[in-house]
Amino acid sequence: MAEVILSGLHKAFGQTKAIQDVSLTIGDGEFIVLLGPTGAGKTTLLRLVAGLEQPDAGTVAIGGWDATTTPPSDRDVAFVFQQYSLYPHLTVYENLAFPLRSPIRAMKEADIDAKVREIAALVRIDDKLNNQATRLSGGQMQRVAIARALVRSPSIYLMDEPLSSLDAKLRGDLRVELKRIQTVLGATILYVTHDQIEAMTLATRIGVMDRGQLVQVGTPREIYTDPVNMYVASRLGMPAINFLPLSVFPGLSAPSAAKTIGLRTEHLKIARSDSASAMGKVTWVEHLGDQDYLHIDVQNHDVVTLSDPDSGLKTGDMVRLTPALPLYFDGAGNRVRA
Amino acid sequence: MSARSSTAHSVVEPSSTSKLVASVLVVVYALVTMIPLFWIVVTSLKSPPDSISYPPKIVFTPTIEGYCNLFTNQTRQTPEFLATLPPATTACEKVTRERNMVIVGPSNFTKRFFNSLVIAFGSTALSVFLGTIAAYGFSRFKVPLKDDLLFFILSTRMMPPIAVAIPIYLMYRELGLSDTKIGMILLYTAVNVSLAVWLLKGFIDEIPREYEEAAMIDGYTRLQAFRKVVLPQATTGIVATAIFCMIFAWNEYAFAVLLTSGDAQPAPPFIPTIIGEGGMDWPAVGAGTTLFLIPILVFTILLRKHLLRGITFGAVRK
Repeated sequence: MAEVILSGLHKAFGQTKAIQDVSLTIGDGEFIVLLGPTGAGKTTLLRLVAGLEQPDAGTVAIGGWDATTTPPSDRDVAFVFQQYSLYPHLTVYENLAFPLRSPIRAMKEADIDAKVREIAALVRIDDKLNNQATRLSGGQMQRVAIARALVRSPSIYLMDEPLSSLDAKLRGDLRVELKRIQTVLGATILYVTHDQIEAMTLATRIGVMDRGQLVQVGTPREIYTDPVNMYVASRLGMPAINFLPLSVFPGLSAPSAAKTIGLRTEHLKIARSDSASAMGKVTWVEHLGDQDYLHIDVQNHDVVTLSDPDSGLKTGDMVRLTPALPLYFDGAGNRVRA
Repeated sequence: MSARSSTAHSVVEPSSTSKLVASVLVVVYALVTMIPLFWIVVTSLKSPPDSISYPPKIVFTPTIEGYCNLFTNQTRQTPEFLATLPPATTACEKVTRERNMVIVGPSNFTKRFFNSLVIAFGSTALSVFLGTIAAYGFSRFKVPLKDDLLFFILSTRMMPPIAVAIPIYLMYRELGLSDTKIGMILLYTAVNVSLAVWLLKGFIDEIPREYEEAAMIDGYTRLQAFRKVVLPQATTGIVATAIFCMIFAWNEYAFAVLLTSGDAQPAPPFIPTIIGEGGMDWPAVGAGTTLFLIPILVFTILLRKHLLRGITFGAVRK
């Protein structure tokens, strides 16, 4: 394991600026999750670290040496691809042994065998070792793909949405497993996802990406409670944060530059109210079991928030909303701190 | 299922009637195409008089005379001289003695046949090798003027190769490549390589790049990744391409006639020149043709498994 330092990375594909001035230090043993929608540049950033793409500017340093122009095979990184990319002509065993049999590693077959079996047991595919790699279920293939990275002890593991093609149950299981494995191995991982739950649960730090730029890097808690702008704020939280014009709440002592108010469930106090002091009307209640999603119409803005199923609020009720320590944003969408 | 299939027919499954019609058509077509082949084999087993008798003989006494004439040179001798010879030992000697002939030595057929093998396999191997690496290059790398280059490569097949026969003849004479096996290998490779590049590019395009990227990250150079990951997956395409190249190089006649006469002459121009006593020796020609068919048949049968998948040009991968 090693520290990986990205500094001032730029990458363009024709007119499209995929990566713009990204700098990031991934500490030894850190699990960094890059979060962002499709097209934000997350995968490109991984490929730059892997050496599958060359940056137009900037450097990639791995374990203290400049690897910017080093070919992928000499970088000592492991990559888990979104589409598994298991070698279809090989068995599971051969797939796992493939990186170890590379000429640059020159490992003994006995050592390879031991390592393959150890990791196969770790990701629980040891009963499938002799299967053809393509004759597995999606979850098994995904585990083989992860195992193929884990058989090595590279400087850094790069994972490109490794759980995205799985069903919800399996994704949950593998997520826990991945975190456990990372803790056991003390691995350094750079992980790409657009799934906020994966980001929140796996990351030691989250990097939020937007149109090729790394907008904010911080612990999951920091990103959630202290976003730098509206974009970051909207990345995390279920239901998503509500943005309302400040004018909806005239009585607030907001910072002068603030134009927009951001309200999560915890920023809102909701009380049933008589029609005179009411500001909103419950238009719809979604029952999720342990909690309800409350849709409230506030001056033609839809506010979605969680509520206790026992609150008794129902469609048509008039309510009063009181913001409590909300987030403020200026006209450009940047955070204004009180 | 069977109870309901009479009322609701599947769009995908052909009905039993159309299956029957299709089978009959295939069998009839196969029979029609097989007739010339059948006739060649039959002729190779006839005696020369039987082979030219009219009406053609279906029932005849098979003889190996045609094969003997193909593999040996013979001269006619007087019965008195033949009587002085020791008794014939081999089957061929016996057959020829009956016609007052003696075997004076092996014919050129074996050599010509060997030439065919060397030239066909050599040019196929070279075409497929060049085709594979060129196709990989075109498929994976930014090549300046890629589309124009590919079109240029394809355009070399737009005219019949024989259209350039005279320039090639003159060029080969200057270069000392006339009547050499290497010359023929190069020529057939030049014709086949465009086909190979185009066919193989299609196959390699269908192999996701991620496999090579994975291999390169796993510690392999691009060349090693190409060998370990791309080649095994391109086998189908490589085999299909090899068969096409092989068939062309094996059967090519016009250039072989024009450019070879002796040492490097392959079988196709040689077989029709087999002249026996008193005209064409049809059984020997039949024998030569029959034997000539065998290698390509074996080659195709051996690779049939790949060919059946390959000939769909990668349409059914995965």
